[in-house]
Amino acid sequence: MSYYGYFVAGAIMLTGAVGIARSRNLVHAVVCLSVSQAGTYVLLLSIGYQRHAAAPVFGSTIKPSTKVVDPVVQALCLTDIVVSATVTALLLALSLQIAKHHGTTDPDELSALRG
Amino acid sequence: MTFIVGAALTLVLAAAIAVVASQDPSRQAVTLSVLGVSLTVLFFALQAPDVALSQLAVGTAIVPLMVMLTISKIRGGR
Amino acid sequence: MSRRVRMWMVAIAGAAVAVGMGLAFVDLPSFGGSHHPYRDAAIHGSVAHQTANAVSAVNFDQRGLDTFGEESILFASIIGVSALLRPSKEEQEAGPSQPGRVMEATRILGYAFIPLVLIVGLDVISHGVITPGGGFQGGIILASGIHLLYVAGSYETLGRLRPVRLFEHGEAIGAGAFACLGIAGAATAMGFLANLIPLGSFGQLFSAGTVELLNGAVGIEVGSGVIVLIAKFLDQAILLGPQKS
Repeated sequence: MSYYGYFVAGAIMLTGAVGIARSRNLVHAVVCLSVSQAGTYVLLLSIGYQRHAAAPVFGSTIKPSTKVVDPVVQALCLTDIVVSATVTALLLALSLQIAKHHGTTDPDELSALRG
Repeated sequence: MTFIVGAALTLVLAAAIAVVASQDPSRQAVTLSVLGVSLTVLFFALQAPDVALSQLAVGTAIVPLMVMLTISKIRGGR
Repeated sequence: MSRRVRMWMVAIAGAAVAVGMGLAFVDLPSFGGSHHPYRDAAIHGSVAHQTANAVSAVNFDQRGLDTFGEESILFASIIGVSALLRPSKEEQEAGPSQPGRVMEATRILGYAFIPLVLIVGLDVISHGVITPGGGFQGGIILASGIHLLYVAGSYETLGRLRPVRLFEHGEAIGAGAFACLGIAGAATAMGFLANLIPLGSFGQLFSAGTVELLNGAVGIEVGSGVIVLIAKFLDQAILLGPQKS
């Protein structure tokens, strides 16, 4: 259990990468890339996790002296989730344009077109 | 609590494999939102409510919606 | 490169990366342990600036410049999507496709949820300093709330109530406000994005100084940006009709 979080993070990242390589559709590849990115969120939050610690939001029940999990990795992760959604949108828009101009979204057929 | 974290991690891994294994992109949009929900559960279990909130909105609604719209546009003509 | 060669390359490179990650993970502090030096430093800084939500403190106070960089990526991607998804000449000539039928219950539920989701979104942005949430999350909730109008089945209403141009300006205003707050910090000789206004007291709505204002700026930018994004995709998929190849 002491390394399970890291293991899952690495496994998700590699799963996404294999998916991109096997992909026969650009939209499929973009979705696999976002799976790969999810691996980095799991890794970051696993590094910051501490057993039996509270969330890093102080209030009436959680005093600043309470043990909390690491807010630094959470901040990294939180902005990245939102920003990566817009980057995914950019990639989807690119695949849409490719589909419009070449009539296919299969990366293998696209390289065949180029000759 | 440790048990919940372990179970959520396993759930996320299974959902990620399911997303990559579905070949049809329109089915992928559904499995992707399942992955979004399981990541949200994991982030809550890891005591990260801020991240979970952002993942819930992005991963279960916005990204799958954009994937669906792209697919319907690409498929439309065929 | 043939598929076979590519799969072999992925297998070899993937195995190498897996071994590398394995070696690195073994040297990391164990999962769930109590050794977190960055946590201790960040919590100290957060409490010193009267910010109850330490994540917001890291994002908008201690790591403000990084967040500004992330925001610029967001801004640039949205401009890229807008440029790529401009309707072409042929598409402009094709009329909008007929809307499908929506169940009455879905329609009523959709309309009922809109004000609720909008209020939750505003609440999440404004309380980002003291409860989980902030500009990034609240902005996305606002953007998805407005698109419940589409679920409720009236694309025309959506077009009227969601003037995309206005939100394009909103995105720019949000990004500009973030930069101006940063420059204001630099102008008072405290440094770019320094926390310069009174800090208030711990756990109050208007505490944490500039964190609250930066939260608002990010909320406007992310909300407007995501609305523009979805609007562009919806236009492509629905208004401009299917692609004719």
